[in-house]
Amino acid sequence: MIEATEFWNQLKQHVSLFSGVPDSTFGRSYNALAEDPDVRFVPAVREDSALGIASAAAFAGERGAVVMQNSGIGNVVNALTSFNLVYNVPALLVIGWRGYLGADRDAPEHAVMGEKSAAILDVLGVPNAVLDESSWQAQVDDLIGRMDVEQSPVALFVPPGVLRA
Amino acid sequence: MNREEAVQAILGAIPESAFIVTTTGLISREVFAQGDRDQNLYLLGSMGLASSIGLGLALLRPAAHVVVLEGDGSALMSLGVLPSIAAERPPRFTHVILDNEAYESTGNQSSISSRFDLSAVAGAAGYASSVAATTPGSLADSIREAGSQTGPCLVIAKVTLDASLRTPPRVSLSPAAIRDRFRLVFSNAASHPGAK
Repeated sequence: MIEATEFWNQLKQHVSLFSGVPDSTFGRSYNALAEDPDVRFVPAVREDSALGIASAAAFAGERGAVVMQNSGIGNVVNALTSFNLVYNVPALLVIGWRGYLGADRDAPEHAVMGEKSAAILDVLGVPNAVLDESSWQAQVDDLIGRMDVEQSPVALFVPPGVLRA
Repeated sequence: MNREEAVQAILGAIPESAFIVTTTGLISREVFAQGDRDQNLYLLGSMGLASSIGLGLALLRPAAHVVVLEGDGSALMSLGVLPSIAAERPPRFTHVILDNEAYESTGNQSSISSRFDLSAVAGAAGYASSVAATTPGSLADSIREAGSQTGPCLVIAKVTLDASLRTPPRVSLSPAAIRDRFRLVFSNAASHPGAK
């Protein structure tokens, strides 16, 4: 497993403005990030609002990130398709993936989005990766690189049981 | 007061250096037609997102004055963002709602704002002030007053639907052009009060 503190520290190297709506995948480490005195974290009421807040960083020459649950993908589709992907405004989405292990391994409300999460981002053209214990630092660096080069929103999925929160 | 008069009053009363985020549809088009400048971030789509982007901008550059200009439909769509703004308390943040009680950009369909007190919601959310104006003169005064206060302020401009108004042209800049020129002026804005 990846220590959550190490994971957030790696993101903090690249990202100066965080916003988000909590997910159980991040457990208590979500609060630790939100209360970290070295981090500018803005609690949001919806995932699209979080994306709007975090996207502002791109106009300041900085990087913004949103921490959220995959069910919130439904809430960010319009912001992605009519703002980030049209203006080429980058942002990093860090998405807890409920329902990752299959419909019978999580609550029923996660069955549909649990199966379709990556497919939806693929259809929209949002580069994405699933956090992998063996290569996670390289994955983060790669996605940040794509954000910068392609000026595109990108997503990093965090499946259950990968982060030690 | 119609839309044209209201936007004219607002643009004349905000500080020259203010950054404006305008909502999708006729409001962006009206501001573009009347007072295009590099500090204007026109949202061509993403209804309801202006206040969130404005909040992020205001937190990144607290020394800068940020104005969010949206309609009652857009404000109602993201009403939950008002307490977010109040909770973060950006020091120089003016939230202007052009309230014509309708979705004018899509054909004047009625909104529910005539039966709903937007000003009271902002007050309850914790805005530093919340006022409504019905004339260009009082609107300009309200915008100037909001600009002199600390903390987020809401100004509601009550505007009438005026069928005689010309439809302002579409924003003729590409999204990339809007982004690039806004980023240039915003990223160069002073990060802290008093800084150059």
